[in-house]
Amino acid sequence: MSKEEIKKRVFKALKNIAPDTEPEKLSENSNIRKSLMIDSFDFLQFIVALDNEFAIQTPEEDYGKIGTLEELTSYILEQKSKNAIS
Amino acid sequence: MIDFRMPSLGADMESAFLREWKVKPGDVVKRGDIIAEVETQKGIIDIEVFNDGIIGDLLVKIDEKVPVGTLMTQIFSLEEVKTEVKKSGEAEVPKEKPNIHLEVHRASPLAKRIAAEKGIDLSLVKGTGTDGAITREDVDKVVVEQTSPKATSTKTAGENIRAAVAAAMSKSNREIPHYYLQTKVDMSGVLNWLAQENKQRGVKDRLLPIAPLIKAVAKALVEIPDLNAWWENGLQRKSGINIGFVVSLRTGGIIVPAIHDADKKSVGEIMQTLTDIISRVRSLKLRSSDLSDSTITITSLGDGAVETVYGVIYPPQVALVSFGGITDQPWADNGMLGVRPVLNIGLAADHRASDGNTGNLFLTLLKNLLKKPDLL
Repeated sequence: MSKEEIKKRVFKALKNIAPDTEPEKLSENSNIRKSLMIDSFDFLQFIVALDNEFAIQTPEEDYGKIGTLEELTSYILEQKSKNAIS
Repeated sequence: MIDFRMPSLGADMESAFLREWKVKPGDVVKRGDIIAEVETQKGIIDIEVFNDGIIGDLLVKIDEKVPVGTLMTQIFSLEEVKTEVKKSGEAEVPKEKPNIHLEVHRASPLAKRIAAEKGIDLSLVKGTGTDGAITREDVDKVVVEQTSPKATSTKTAGENIRAAVAAAMSKSNREIPHYYLQTKVDMSGVLNWLAQENKQRGVKDRLLPIAPLIKAVAKALVEIPDLNAWWENGLQRKSGINIGFVVSLRTGGIIVPAIHDADKKSVGEIMQTLTDIISRVRSLKLRSSDLSDSTITITSLGDGAVETVYGVIYPPQVALVSFGGITDQPWADNGMLGVRPVLNIGLAADHRASDGNTGNLFLTLLKNLLKKPDLL
């Protein structure tokens, strides 16, 4: 899966949770939650959506690793490759 | 027989427009079934029934403005329907949907004729004559209502919500003599407990810090009932602990759905309820039970950097508990200085209903409960 494909799916998940935002306008290094004003409830829903969409498991202690779009796409790629190996 | 009246969906609500009946006379309903949709300033709200039974005549018309407390329909028990039918000498009650006519509509001959000409169902006309008889004027009124354009508001949902908040908060500041108390809690115990709990939970069942906080407030209220009350001609203590939780809308404005019987729910159940009601609030698809009967309000800033909220009580309630963002702060413990995640808890309370001492007892109890999160 390419980074572009991941981003497309991440945007879709964000749009579902916060329909009035424009996630595609996020810059690579801006904080997703702050930029889109996503509160802790919406963020939890977002994690649930990511886990379903990419068949990964995001433990709570990894929340700090997925602050920006760049971090998030790298994290998803990493998790998916881990899954593929195991 | 139970009278089903337009419920109050918040202190700021005086009436709503009926937009749809989801049932017809004779339908069998169960507690929790949705029987109608009404439009309020908070958007379209599903109206639920609180009893099992059989729906009687529908006494309110579509698009009619319905003041709170208006009789909308009546709910009959199966036994009542059986007795009714036996009395009138009819055969067995059909097991499904007993199609009963519950009351004869008394109307003047002129009213009947006009209704027939205009195709108006008399069962939906409210009679103002002797003993509720329908008069010509009653029918004329319905004719005018039906021919006039739909009574819809031209304001957007956001503007309506803003207006509702403005009305409730103005009333609060005008009428309620607030007093404020504040305390700080070291949240490391609660946060460590949450981290352990969440490791064992699937992602969908993970807990947020607000869930144990709500439970702790509910438990403290069991001991301090004077804060779980309404001020209506004096202090009215409430038996159920129904916590209104402030949910902010991304587009602006707030809605305060209720977590019913929070003291009887586990922390996990509170989290589940929160997830459900927040998603309904954000999609503006609320149920009547979501908005009724709150006995106290909690507002939380969530995970921002702002530490303190000075709340405005939601009338007719007598207290509001507020949580700021949890921030790392210097903390003295056993003579040692360290850095801890600290939460500021605020209490705004109605000085007509309680005094500072009550608030002090409540916040002290709340702090103690948060020291042992595993016992919540």
